[in-house]
Amino acid sequence: MAELTVSVVSADQEVWSGSASMVVARTTEGQIGILPGHEPMLAILATGEVRVTTPSGVITASAEEGFLSVAQDVITIVARSAELTNAK
Amino acid sequence: MGAQLRVYTQKIKSAQTTKKITRAMELISASRIQKAQQRVAASGPYSRAVTRAVSAVASFSNVDHILTTEPEKIERAAVVIFASDRGLAGAFSSSALKAAEELSSLLRSQGKTVVYYLVGRKSVAYFAFRRRESEKSWTGGTDKPEFSTAKEIGDALVSKFIADSKDGGVDEIHIVYNRFVSMVSQVPEVVRLLPLEVVEGVEAPASDDVLPLYEFEPDAGSVLDSLLPVYIESRVFNAMLQSAASEHAARQKAMKSASDNADKLIRDYTRLRNNARQSEITQQIAEIVGGADALASAKK
Repeated sequence: MAELTVSVVSADQEVWSGSASMVVARTTEGQIGILPGHEPMLAILATGEVRVTTPSGVITASAEEGFLSVAQDVITIVARSAELTNAK
Repeated sequence: MGAQLRVYTQKIKSAQTTKKITRAMELISASRIQKAQQRVAASGPYSRAVTRAVSAVASFSNVDHILTTEPEKIERAAVVIFASDRGLAGAFSSSALKAAEELSSLLRSQGKTVVYYLVGRKSVAYFAFRRRESEKSWTGGTDKPEFSTAKEIGDALVSKFIADSKDGGVDEIHIVYNRFVSMVSQVPEVVRLLPLEVVEGVEAPASDDVLPLYEFEPDAGSVLDSLLPVYIESRVFNAMLQSAASEHAARQKAMKSASDNADKLIRDYTRLRNNARQSEITQQIAEIVGGADALASAKK
């Protein structure tokens, strides 16, 4: 199965990056789940939790004031402030 | 001790004291530069991601937005100058200011009014001395920039950019800062932030590649609205970090040459002092010998 390349970036550092099979985030319109092969998208994130499902477990991060971009299975979650809530 | 000797000793002491200060500053800068460089590197992913997203929106959508369209007539241009808070950093601040002056004369020749935004005490002092106006200024913390300052600057710029030029808004935003190239080279750089000029970070799509057609959530207009301040902030923050790293590098270089100079001065003055001491001794011996001679010939 195709994989997603995900990076979670905050203003002063890269919080997390790696490959994942699914990303769930909360946009201003509501929750969105992204699987490999998703169409290119640019969305505004609402303050909330971002869940990244990796082969070795689920990583959650809190993101504030940011946006999410998806292009050819590369997902970038950019937030002014972001931090992992459970590092694994 | 002879007068000459005392003068030299004094000069050596003064050079030694100066050297202590410059050496300490050199070491401090050298230790901070590493940290500053790391921060530049750490902020890279964010600014790259933001720039890529902005470029993507600008090139792959046909939304009419102030971010992507160039106004017909540019009347007022904002120039943000990033200098340092403290001196003793060689040509650091003056090279940024010089680049800004060149830019403003270019802008003025195109019939634009230039509005200045100043960062760092040195640029504020430069403007105050020449009694020139600046729209807004931020001082303090140029050697260790905070993201909150970048946010403040960004907010000020964005609110002016959105406003009409008749109400004191600006149509163009330029930033002038020292880009950190290496420990020995920092280049003043002039970048036009808005309207978007260069499309960075997006590879030209190959002819057989399908252009990614972006979907916007909730819609293109509001995505651009929220991207604009983020983009400005990230570019401003990046400029501040680059400028801080450059400042440390410039100061380290300047202080190193100052310490080397002090070393040279100490060496030269030590030689002169030894010379003076020797000639004094020689003179004393000559006087004693002369005196003894005179005594001896008087006894006869």
